[in-house]
Order: sequence, then structure tokens, then C-alpha cells
Amino acid sequence: MSGGVRRGLFLSAAPFLGGFLLWGMLGLPGFGRYPGPYGDVLNRVAIRERHVTNVTTSVNFDYRGLDTMGEEFILFVSLAGLSLLLRTQRGEAEEGAPDCASGRAVFPRSDAVRWLGLGLTGVTNLLGLYIVLHGQLTPGGGFQGGAILGTAAMLAYLAAGYRAFRQVSPKFLVELTEAAGAGGYVMVGLMALLLGGAFLENILPLGKTGSLLSSGTIALINALVGLEVSAGFVLLFTEFLQETRKRKE
Amino acid sequence: MIAALHVIALVLVACGGTAVVLTREPLNQALVLSVYGVLLTILFIVLQAPDVALSELAVGSAALPLILLVTLAMVRKQSQ
Repeated sequence: MSGGVRRGLFLSAAPFLGGFLLWGMLGLPGFGRYPGPYGDVLNRVAIRERHVTNVTTSVNFDYRGLDTMGEEFILFVSLAGLSLLLRTQRGEAEEGAPDCASGRAVFPRSDAVRWLGLGLTGVTNLLGLYIVLHGQLTPGGGFQGGAILGTAAMLAYLAAGYRAFRQVSPKFLVELTEAAGAGGYVMVGLMALLLGGAFLENILPLGKTGSLLSSGTIALINALVGLEVSAGFVLLFTEFLQETRKRKE
Repeated sequence: MIAALHVIALVLVACGGTAVVLTREPLNQALVLSVYGVLLTILFIVLQAPDVALSELAVGSAALPLILLVTLAMVRKQSQ
């Protein structure tokens, strides 16, 4: 399609799109005016009912725990699909370094990247663990902390290269962790069923509000999501790194 | 005061999004995208959504640009 036709198409469609958007936005509730009762009710009862201080986490992993389970499996299934698509096919031998495309000069890492990466990896890991474990107490939780932990693994790659990255994240262990995180979520739900409750009902003792071991299954599911997301990030990164290997015809 | 903060954060996000689209060079775009992630994080903090802000900070301004940067470093050919 030539540039002129494209521009004509855009100019004739833009007023309609813009008009629809404006029409839709004019029907929105006023800025900062929350119309539904659900959030207000939860703000009043969640701390008393679930012994959490971060109500958002109680919604994610308890009140709407089923929705979050679905979301977690979106991540799980897309990663499974990625591993399947990028797998080494039978009879396909691979050669060459895993993290270097053919025809590209290998630039040595500068000392600045090496030391900064080394220094940041430990701190980032610690921050990630902190965010995961305090999911029911302060903002953040398994998803946010898991993403930070995944970033820490990438920093290890930046600092020390592919071999060291694989040493700190053996693929079998990473895959096992990811599967355990996803499967564990469902197991927690099934345990509640076995004990005569509803699926994903909060069956564990709730503990003292504000302590690390409070909120019952919320803290447990939160930690499992942390495992799933961090291992998922590492798996995604590993698959991408391996993809540069040349296929032998 | 709060309304002013809202307007400033929203305008920053609008400028940031436009900047990401207008940056054509992938390497620069990954960095601009990271800055855009920080701007979105600021907006979410101003709107009192710290959980979403943390997600955006971890994924949008760190993990995603990092994956893009590493990918670019791997595929950039010597002849350029």
C-alpha cells in the first residue's frame, strides 16, 4: 500500500475513531468517583476477615483467587507454548555459542557492566524476596517480586555471561519450580475442597495481623505465584538466549 | 494540589507514549520505553495504586527493556 493511500485511509477513519472514543469517554464516571460498592465493602471488612494489611493481595489471592489462578495459567501456558515452538527438533543438531548470533562480533564485557551487574544481582535478589514475602503486608507480592527476581537472573547474565547464568539457573530446576508454582496454586484450592470447604477457601489459620505468617492461604499462594513468575521469567530468557544457536542442515 | 499532580502525571505519560512511538531506532526505543515505564509508575503512585505501580516498575521499566536490549545485542550484525 502506498503512502498516499495509507494516509487517505487514516484521515477518513480517524474522525470516526476519535468521535467514538470521545463519546465513550464522556459516558465514564467522573474522575476519582468510584461507583461500585465492592471495593468499599472490602476496604471495611478485609483486614478483619483475612488478617491482611494489603487489601489488594487479599482480593487477588482469596476473594477473587480463581481469577488470579486463570491469569497464572495464561503465563504458564504461554511459556509452555514458547518452549514447544523453540525446542530443538529431532535430527536438528546445534552448533555455535548459545548467546551469540552468527556473523556478529563478540564484544567483551566492559568492567563497568561486570561490576555493576555483580553488585546489583545480590541486592536485586534480596529486594525481590522481600517484595514476594511481604505480599500480604505491603504493596507488591508474588507477581511483582517474581518479576524482580527474574530481572536479577538477567543481571547475572549481563555480569558474568551465559555459562554462569546457566550455572545459577539449571534448566531442570527452573522448569520444576515453574511447574510447582502453577500446580501448587491448584493444590491449595483442592486441599480446601478435600477438607469440606469451597475451592480456594482460606483454610489455614489466619495468624496475627501484620506478621509475616498471617493471612492463611493468601501468604502461601502469594509465595507460589512468586516461584512461578520468577522461574517463568528465567525460562523465557533462557529460551531466547538459546535461539541464536545455528541449526545444522 | 492533588488535581495538579494528576494533570502533570497524565501529561508526562502522554508525552512519554508519544516519544516511544516517534523513536524509530530500536536501541534508543528500548531506553525510551524504560523511561516511559517510570512515568507510568509515577502516574500509578499519584493515583494511589502502589501494587500496580510496582508491577509497572518491575516489568515495564526493567524486565521488558532488558529483554529487548539483550536481544538487540545478540542479533545486531557486525556489518552496520
